[in-house]
Amino acid sequence: MIPALLVQFAQMMLVLALAPLLTGVVRKVKARLQRRRGASVLQPYRDLRRLLGKDVVLAENASWLFRVAPYAIFAATWVAAALVPTFATGLIFSWTGDLIVITALLGGARFALALAGMDVGTSFGGLGASREVMIASLAEPAMLMLVFCVAIVAGSTQLSSIAAHMLTQPVGLRVSLALALVALCIVAVAENGRVPVDNPATHLELTMVHEAMVLEYSGRHLAMIELAAALKLLLFASLIGCLFFPFGLAHAGTDPAGYLLAIGLWLVKLLVLAALLGTLELSIAKMRVFRVPNFLGAAFMFGLLGVLLLFVSRGM
Amino acid sequence: MTLVWTALAALGVLAVLGVPLARRATGRWVVYGGSLLACLVLLWAGLAALDAPPETLVLPVGLPWTGAHLRLDALSGAFLVLIGVGGAGASLFAIGYGRHEHAPARVLPFYPAFLAGMALVVLADDAFTFLFAWELMSLASWALVMADHAPDATARAGFVYLVMATFSGLALLLAFGLLAGAQGGYVFAQMRAAHPAPWIAGLAFALALVGTGAKAGLVPLQVWLPLAHPAAPSHVSALMSGVMTKVAVYGFLRIVFDLLGAPLWWQAVLVLLLGGITAVYGVLQAVMQRDLKRLLACSTIENIGIVFVAIGLAMAFRANGIAAGAALALTAALFHCLNHTLFKSLLFQVSGAVLVATGTRDLERLGGLIHRLPVTAVAALVGCAAIAALPPLNGFASEWLIFQAVLLRPDLPQWGLKLMLPVDGALLALAAALAAACFVRAYGIVFLGRPRSEAAAAAHEVDRISRAAMLVFAALCALAGLFPGLVVDALAPVVQPFAGGRMPVQGGEDWLTLVPVDAARGTYNGLLVGVFILASAALTAAVVHRLGSRALRRAPAWDCGFPDPRPDTQYSGDSFAQPLRRVFGTLAFHAQERVDMPRPGDMRAAVIEKSARDPVWDLLYAPVGTLVARVSDAMNVLQFLTIRRYLGFVFAMLIVLLLALTVMQ
Repeated sequence: MIPALLVQFAQMMLVLALAPLLTGVVRKVKARLQRRRGASVLQPYRDLRRLLGKDVVLAENASWLFRVAPYAIFAATWVAAALVPTFATGLIFSWTGDLIVITALLGGARFALALAGMDVGTSFGGLGASREVMIASLAEPAMLMLVFCVAIVAGSTQLSSIAAHMLTQPVGLRVSLALALVALCIVAVAENGRVPVDNPATHLELTMVHEAMVLEYSGRHLAMIELAAALKLLLFASLIGCLFFPFGLAHAGTDPAGYLLAIGLWLVKLLVLAALLGTLELSIAKMRVFRVPNFLGAAFMFGLLGVLLLFVSRGM
Repeated sequence: MTLVWTALAALGVLAVLGVPLARRATGRWVVYGGSLLACLVLLWAGLAALDAPPETLVLPVGLPWTGAHLRLDALSGAFLVLIGVGGAGASLFAIGYGRHEHAPARVLPFYPAFLAGMALVVLADDAFTFLFAWELMSLASWALVMADHAPDATARAGFVYLVMATFSGLALLLAFGLLAGAQGGYVFAQMRAAHPAPWIAGLAFALALVGTGAKAGLVPLQVWLPLAHPAAPSHVSALMSGVMTKVAVYGFLRIVFDLLGAPLWWQAVLVLLLGGITAVYGVLQAVMQRDLKRLLACSTIENIGIVFVAIGLAMAFRANGIAAGAALALTAALFHCLNHTLFKSLLFQVSGAVLVATGTRDLERLGGLIHRLPVTAVAALVGCAAIAALPPLNGFASEWLIFQAVLLRPDLPQWGLKLMLPVDGALLALAAALAAACFVRAYGIVFLGRPRSEAAAAAHEVDRISRAAMLVFAALCALAGLFPGLVVDALAPVVQPFAGGRMPVQGGEDWLTLVPVDAARGTYNGLLVGVFILASAALTAAVVHRLGSRALRRAPAWDCGFPDPRPDTQYSGDSFAQPLRRVFGTLAFHAQERVDMPRPGDMRAAVIEKSARDPVWDLLYAPVGTLVARVSDAMNVLQFLTIRRYLGFVFAMLIVLLLALTVMQ
């Protein structure tokens, strides 16, 4: 009981501690590819510390919702991230929620963020919120479709069971899983507001989405939102790792050395994905905002196609 | 049964009392207070009936050779609970809200009659009583829709509603006629025992689907719903959306699962198809509405779609003899009915509070109400989050169960179901995401931002009783979401006879985890998710305030350095919906925008024109309307004939009927 609780606690703290690092690594990769030296990979930590120490400057007509939202967004994202098996399956609280719950928790965080964007009543806030819900209205179904895909293959929506199934059963190469992987990558790019859907590095660009919603935030509130965004990136990277590349995941109750090895492998997976994301972001241009629905519609259709294939033939 | 009788009799007395009392201030207290008590009694009786043997009662009224049969079994009990909860909430809210009524005499007598009609529908055990109660419910609600008769829109709403209600009653009349057979066994027990020919059963099923679907708001029979529900006073809207649509669902379940016996797979395909389309169509309409109450009415259509998808899943599993799946899907359908009653009642009460506080339900004239109506804003936030299916609230719990049902058996033998199940899963996912978008918009435009009109800026919080009603319903939404296992267990005896099985017992699970089939397939624990979110948010806030800065100062909004003090510069409801309108509306509703931009130097204002068409109205109702008008024009000559010719027609008709009789025999 106690060791199991400790492992769960370690997982929660690890995702929290590593999330800014992953963001830093992606930035570093992008900078190196642009032949810049770039900021240190530790820069996000410094940013967070600086933001935490600053005063909050609150708009005059901001309501209580505006002040509560950062913590709600952070908490929902953190709980979702804690439910993803990063380095070990079968954690003690893993039965609290399945993949659908994780999707919905992220949806809840987005709900709060979009409302916070509209609270002050500025044009940018409304713009960001309106575009965010438009993107989400396609990204969320696409996510659910790919969840259905893996859930049907594994016979469970529980992430631990899915990872265990993928590890132990001869799943093999399947068309539907390949479609689901493509869909998940597209959804991950859109959900995290990366290029080509949104650009996390810009302010004051007419196509911005996420940054427009958080424009009025400052100080510790902004720190919470930035940390939640970093957590979300880590969550999706871990999700891709645990669903499609589950090798190296430790089972509940292995010895500490096993856990350490699993953590090492998880870090390697994260590094590879960060490098891939950085390369992707540099190799394509950002889309016009009304091209995004087509992009996400493709992910939705891939997911639906995968599910249809599975219903028609379990072997596909 | 005695309890139910007392409550029904009390409602009848209140309906009569409503006429003389309407002019007095006490009338509101007597009628709504009495209705509240009667609804609580109905709720109690319904809860007691859930796991009690069925009780029957025969009254010497109604058809001479059958009498009026009443029966209170588990299914009736479950829906009696919904009527009790929704009715009690609406009555409580109305005690406060009713003081703003323009013409109480047009509301007070019909309100208890409406409640009694709905309760009688779920109790009826023969076709005559059922139809009588069904029409009582329709007519009383029609009278309530017409309560505020001044706006032109109300007259149209009332007309369309009356036509559709008549149509629904006619379809059900024919369905019961087919089920009763040649011997005329109008008692439900006789219908259960009879085994009609497959084509008669199929026809009766189709008629039942049309008849109850028209009342529930199933596409393409939903046209009256966005017109009629908003036109009524807000507490009546809450009843119509939250409860009356569920009574229609009851009618469908009673006929299809109980009277017809086991459903067939093609019927399941039909229900799944209509349910999926209804869910997406309803929410797409809702996301574009400007009128708050119309938006809520359209979202009712969406939720009815979700319920019918779950019922369709239950039919599909039942047709293939998969008891666990049928139990899961049917439980999910009933659970979603309860949840929809809870959050839709809450949201219509909120719309009533907003209407009282500001005098408008136009989104473009609201805004910033979170500062002016703090309690209403909290209740509305809970309602919006619940209907947007966010964990740990109740909307998510039931939708999660439906998703689990979709994923349960990908190996159904029929091709129609193999294709319909994944498509319905996709449609439900789309509807859920769009519902979240819709309620971000509704809450954000109404309660957040800056006030868009003088009335919104000067709004005052509503009275204490209305606030209490809203808070109670917000609490119920949270409770049903945190403890879904208790609801599932309570529904087990309702589901058992129709699904041939039940969901696993939830009560014994650790921490009240929800287990749809077995623990390996997927589990959800609303309570723990809620506790985790609250705990981690509180912990983080405490840590941040301890380690970081606690200082806070107010300053003008930043808005990238160009804050504009005019509230028009905010996003409006229309502009918020514009991207969704462009992405989905172009395809579904032919939504078009035309911008008329004056040339440089031209001083006139730029104009944007939007248009959208309703495909259901264009393809179905408009042609039928034209046809009816043309036929009646052509038959107009019949009005001006001589008596001889009329007698001739009567004679000819007699001959035709006699001939038909001869041919039939």
